[in-house]
Amino acid sequence: MKNRTKLPNIYIGVVTAVLYLPIVLVIIYSFNESKISSVWGGFSLKWYETLFRDAAMFEALGNSIVLALCASLGAAVIGTLGAYGFTKVQLRTKSAVEYVSMLPIMIPEIILGMVFMTFFALVGLPFGMTTLILAHTAFCVPYVYMLVKARLVGMDKSLAEAARDLGAGEVRVFFDITLPLLVPAILSGMLLSFAMSLDDVIISIFVTGVNVNTLPIKVYTQIKTGVTPEINALCTLMLGATIILVVLSNVLGKVGKPRTGKQHKETAERSAAPVPAQPQ
Amino acid sequence: MKAAATPLKKKKKQSGVWLTLLPLYLFTLVFVAGPLVYMFVLSFQTRAEVWGVVNQFTLDNYKNIFQPVYLNTFVESFKLALTSTLLICAIGYPFGYFMAKLPAQWKKRVMLLLMIPFWTSSLIRLYGWIIIFRANGTLDKLLMGLGLTDGPLKLLYTYPAVVVGMVYALLQFMILAVYSSAEKMDWSLVEAARDLGATPLKAFLTVTLKLTLPGLLSGVILTFIPSMGLFFIADILGGNKVVLVGSLIQDQLMKAHNWPFAAALSVVLMILTSLMISLYKRVTHTTELEGIL
Repeated sequence: MKNRTKLPNIYIGVVTAVLYLPIVLVIIYSFNESKISSVWGGFSLKWYETLFRDAAMFEALGNSIVLALCASLGAAVIGTLGAYGFTKVQLRTKSAVEYVSMLPIMIPEIILGMVFMTFFALVGLPFGMTTLILAHTAFCVPYVYMLVKARLVGMDKSLAEAARDLGAGEVRVFFDITLPLLVPAILSGMLLSFAMSLDDVIISIFVTGVNVNTLPIKVYTQIKTGVTPEINALCTLMLGATIILVVLSNVLGKVGKPRTGKQHKETAERSAAPVPAQPQ
Repeated sequence: MKAAATPLKKKKKQSGVWLTLLPLYLFTLVFVAGPLVYMFVLSFQTRAEVWGVVNQFTLDNYKNIFQPVYLNTFVESFKLALTSTLLICAIGYPFGYFMAKLPAQWKKRVMLLLMIPFWTSSLIRLYGWIIIFRANGTLDKLLMGLGLTDGPLKLLYTYPAVVVGMVYALLQFMILAVYSSAEKMDWSLVEAARDLGATPLKAFLTVTLKLTLPGLLSGVILTFIPSMGLFFIADILGGNKVVLVGSLIQDQLMKAHNWPFAAALSVVLMILTSLMISLYKRVTHTTELEGIL
């Protein structure tokens, strides 16, 4: 098929440019001397200085990183073991448990937030870091689980069999053969979890305690109450971190796979499946 | 299958493997199933006078939804979601479709360009729109500079601003869903249709659209459902003028402290969600999905 016109390329270019417009503006205005963002007062780094002196902001950043680390580690353990276990054991409850454990990325975040908040209140868990970690782990498990499961399906079973034939026990086979082969999938699952956790506003708002701020919550309340260019500076730095992460994930080896979504990835994957159908 | 052949030996080995499932089972049961079940229970309970919940069965929470104020929120939120989703289809479908036709090298580049905003905090990206929409912001400056408008438009805190925010926040889901569908499509089918005398439009409607329908539909689900719940977009770009179902749930939880009502609202939203997903499954299953696996 030949492209007779340049129209499609122009279209892609224009839409992509619009996607980047708000981001570019945020970056530009972070270097703005003037406090009013509609006026350009000359180049300045003073908002970065303000930002670096903002202890509360750093505390929120620290909380967010700890939270994202804990949630993605927890999800890595639960998701990897679960996906592995299901390939070994045939249980009648498998599809039900699989379905329920995937729910956190299928149902709207607002429901998840509501559900966690009321449940934690019911069982009397004090709101704070613990509740944040539990809630974030819940929506991170599906990412790790799905990526590891996909890897397990495509894995060469003969390696594990060979190890078993040579006398290795199940545990040894898992740690020596299976786990190393799964590492890329686990890492990409964790990376995705980390990014999702770091970006989450809705669920965090519901399950956080009075004294615990995460970075997105802090940014959200700041944006709501009044705009300071300090936020621009923060956003620029976060953007830089994001770009490093994306590049890193590409280096890690096709880790940042295209079809990675906050919501229901299975649908997207399923959607790809039926396409190369029989011609009839 | 092989396990069945040597049941005794395998069974003993498997007993350890059971343990690997334990974390997933426990976590899912306690922290996913548990809270969801509690939501259903809560939605039938009665709100206590001052604070908390009384364990007394009632259907009032569901009846409450039909009060004009709340029903209106549902309708308005639905309309907003519909508007956003239609716009997302209109912008995202051609993008995903054209992208699938790009040469391999360019596919990668465009994908990378899409991934960066995708991984960027949604708050940052929304914040950029505040700069654009604000009175005397970028857009006003541009339009006044071009002589198209006389004064500032004051677009921030309006309905259109919220729609733009929704479209912007969710567009990538549609693009990626359509792209993954179109990418795997067998383009020779389109050529065959053309060779057999179909006009480009007809070939598109009967072949391309049909084959990319699963992608389009999953894109619709991925955008429609969240756009009923993303209250912070309505909050940031719409002020308090646009109220979503999500905003309503949040208000009931945090401000009115009417948890049973919030639970009932969530149950309804959840039912809507699962209806859409099962509808999607039925539609895609009925379109020649059977013969593949």
